[in-house]
Amino acid sequence: MQPIQLVFLFAAALILWAAFMMVTRSNLVHAALFLIVALFGVAVFFVLLEAGFLAVLQVLVYIGAIAILMIFAVMLTRGDVIEEEIVNRGFGWALMLAALFCFGLIILVGQWPGVNEAAPRIVESRDLIQELGVQMFAPEGYVLPVEVASVLLLGAIIGALVVARPQKKEK
Amino acid sequence: MNFWENPIGFIGEAIADLMRSLHIGPEVINFVITLLSVVVVASFGLLLVIFLIWLERKVAARFQDRIGPNRAGPYGLLQTFADMVKLITKEDSIPEKADKLSFNIAPILSVVAVLLIWAVVPFAPAWIGTDLNVGVLYIAAVGSFGILSILMAGWSSNNKYALLGAFRAVAQLISYEVPMLITLLVPVLLARSMGMNDMVRDQSTWFIVLAPLAGIIFLVSSIAEIGRTPFDLIEAESEIVAGYHTEYTGMKFGLFFAAEFLHAFTVGVLFALLFLGGWRGPGAEQYQLLGVFYLMAKASIGYFIVMWVRSTLPRIRIDHMLALNWKFLTPASLAILIITAILEKAYGETSARIPALLIGNLAVVLVSWLVLRAASRKTKRERVTFKKRPVAKPA
Amino acid sequence: MIDRWLFIGIFVSIAAVFPLLPIVLARFLAPHNPNTIKLETYECGMETVGPTWVQFKIQYYIYALVFLIFDIETVFLFPWAVAFDAIPLFAVFEGVLFILILVGGLLYAWRKGALEWS
Repeated sequence: MQPIQLVFLFAAALILWAAFMMVTRSNLVHAALFLIVALFGVAVFFVLLEAGFLAVLQVLVYIGAIAILMIFAVMLTRGDVIEEEIVNRGFGWALMLAALFCFGLIILVGQWPGVNEAAPRIVESRDLIQELGVQMFAPEGYVLPVEVASVLLLGAIIGALVVARPQKKEK
Repeated sequence: MNFWENPIGFIGEAIADLMRSLHIGPEVINFVITLLSVVVVASFGLLLVIFLIWLERKVAARFQDRIGPNRAGPYGLLQTFADMVKLITKEDSIPEKADKLSFNIAPILSVVAVLLIWAVVPFAPAWIGTDLNVGVLYIAAVGSFGILSILMAGWSSNNKYALLGAFRAVAQLISYEVPMLITLLVPVLLARSMGMNDMVRDQSTWFIVLAPLAGIIFLVSSIAEIGRTPFDLIEAESEIVAGYHTEYTGMKFGLFFAAEFLHAFTVGVLFALLFLGGWRGPGAEQYQLLGVFYLMAKASIGYFIVMWVRSTLPRIRIDHMLALNWKFLTPASLAILIITAILEKAYGETSARIPALLIGNLAVVLVSWLVLRAASRKTKRERVTFKKRPVAKPA
Repeated sequence: MIDRWLFIGIFVSIAAVFPLLPIVLARFLAPHNPNTIKLETYECGMETVGPTWVQFKIQYYIYALVFLIFDIETVFLFPWAVAFDAIPLFAVFEGVLFILILVGGLLYAWRKGALEWS
């Protein structure tokens, strides 16, 4: 077994463990912290796939921004919710549905011919990110989706502010 | 390879040769060499802290017309060691209501977050921990572990002041990360690369000349990121005891302390790398140690400015702090980014590059000054008036 | 390339061990005699009143939201800056347009008073 496979197995185990811990915690902040561990494991995956840029984005955006936002959201709720036992009546159904999806995905991916081929080795360098930039912004590339993404983010900021802004007090 | 030109490379090569003669596989040799270089870089960072704490205390003392530490060792150089012994032998008390695991992980995470930045710092042309092609973004990304450690410390202490301090800290850090990221884009744009060594190699003219405004905004937002005065609302002792590390004692408090000092100097290093040409200087390409010397000397400039500002300015109010970020630094950094991008495309290859970018920067300064002046005229200041009171007059 | 990340991987573990050492050392050297009063929440000598979990201002959350949007937007621009030589003038203006849409978001937040600390 190659060392890189060991790292992969370790990261996979870490993600599964953290994800399991996350959904079973009754303390919401603990759940958020475990989510961060799982997200970090995904960043390790990106590194193993030689996608350093995505790994860094994963940490910067998911751990640095989204997870923080989640903890803030938890803190804004009332604290007394937290210690209560969480009982979900749909637990059995959820488990079955999740198992179904999981096996379905395994079967679907197993039928894909590329699953047993080794991925082509990417020589990552300064040029790779440059290539990404060209693809994203060149007219023959993906410039329209990128601009639409920017409009989407504008929509997100407006929507978020409309929802989250406290009601103005009547004078 | 000459020893004096590249001592660390020389020793590393010697160790690799020794292992090769013992018939150790190349992968193992690679691993061991990497491990050794990690230990060298990480311990350099941590040993630096010991010196930095002494230096900062000395400089702060001079600003306040004092002598500073002068008892332990020559010039008080051993003061930090004495402090360390004290911190290690202090009782480490964990409050009963604290969340034990997060409480213990948080100080370690805060040190790790700062130390990780040093992995991509090019000390000299050939001395860089690892030259990632996403170096600049990596630096921004590991910063988020620092934010996380503060949030964990504040929440797990189960103390109102600690939690309040953590919230203030996180609001400040994430706010100031916006202008910092945008100003990081400017050197990336000028160097066409995110790799830290590419960045330094590209600075035949220092980027502070090409983008002075971006440099200043970067430094200001970095000072906010390390929570130094005037942005030290994080640990405003008159309002929230000691902020997020209120409940920490002994060495765990010491770790937060060390991380903060190291972060302050790291900001100086980053400023030197991104705007002052890093290790560049006469003879640095050949003699690696000279490169380290130049980098440290340039980093001291940024570090000195941080200490200078700290000794000069009072703490600002939280609404002012956030307004400065969102209503001034962020728009200004976006403006400078747009101006730099357009001018760089137009004049990037010509000899007019430097004057064009300088004029662009000046224009942004002028416009923002005019806007600020107009805004300050518009804001009505509330006059503090008192009722007329009878005054005792001499008969 | 993976070799370069190997360095980071080792660095993370070493960087975690270094600060752990003094804590472990302190465990052996430092005295340890806790008592009830010592382990209480520290509020400068006052006794704690009520739960720690006080309700926070929604303002913190709004700043985090605005930060998140800006974070993602700037991250999009990094490949643009790296590829600056390889893209035509048109694409440069695409990037500028991208920034201007971002500025629109900032202006909206500003006008709506989301940036005020009230």
